[in-house]
Amino acid sequence: MTETLYYIGLGLGASLCAYRAMISKHLLPSALYLAGVSALVTVTLYLLGAYEVAVIELSVGAGLVTVLLVYALSVVGEDVVDPSSIIPKPLAFLLVAGIGGLVIWMAYPLAIHPNTNGETLLANVLWQDRALDVWVQVALIFSGVMGVLGLLSEKVHPQETPLHEMHAIGQDHAIAIQIEQELHV
Amino acid sequence: MTLTPLNAVLFGVVLLLVVGFYGLLITRNLIKIVLVLQVLVKAVVVALVLGGKASGNLGLGQSLAATVIVADTVVAVVALALAVQVRRRVGTLDLAKISSLRG
Repeated sequence: MTETLYYIGLGLGASLCAYRAMISKHLLPSALYLAGVSALVTVTLYLLGAYEVAVIELSVGAGLVTVLLVYALSVVGEDVVDPSSIIPKPLAFLLVAGIGGLVIWMAYPLAIHPNTNGETLLANVLWQDRALDVWVQVALIFSGVMGVLGLLSEKVHPQETPLHEMHAIGQDHAIAIQIEQELHV
Repeated sequence: MTLTPLNAVLFGVVLLLVVGFYGLLITRNLIKIVLVLQVLVKAVVVALVLGGKASGNLGLGQSLAATVIVADTVVAVVALALAVQVRRRVGTLDLAKISSLRG
């Protein structure tokens, strides 16, 4: 019974943090509430016995993603405020209530008759049964890093290059500027 | 209806999913949409582990959850980078204004 109460408290706390992250007008508090959701989800995973995933979730979800969000907010500026929604909130509430009811209707039979026979180790599953997934993850991480490098890089336009300016100024003056730049380097 | 520990986790997952879907419907800011997707994925991660535990195959649930976490992080990184570029080029993160742009 105590375990059930723990899970209820963790679920309610995570949902409350997520809701606060949704309704917050400014994005920095939203990012911090998301880190709170991640921490509570980590505790839930740990109590469920998924120790490895709990560690990954805490380091990636509460750590890396929060840092990335704060970095993105620092780049785009402080004036980022979430505008009001287009969809009426009662309609959105009705839609998500229907979705929640459907999920409970479909998943409840699974949780009421748990099967605890034949527990398997994560290492065996990950490195033997699903080894292809690991390689896909490696490729995914590599493509993610390359994508970010490409997207965040500041491209220098040809109009802004010193060489182009040299042609505009004149050949003799350009040579003088080039010599001066080389001396500075 | 008995409230077992796994049922309690299931209700927490559903609650988190409902909040995430609600946020997805009412949000117009690009960065906040990334944040909402993170909430939804956290609910899915817990659901995968719960499914693995309920079916007696926790290792499989954990491996799928780890794959989802990795894929979601890459999605978040690329989406944030795109949001930053949109802000630099268009000057706003409001979805309504961005979708009204032509050309």
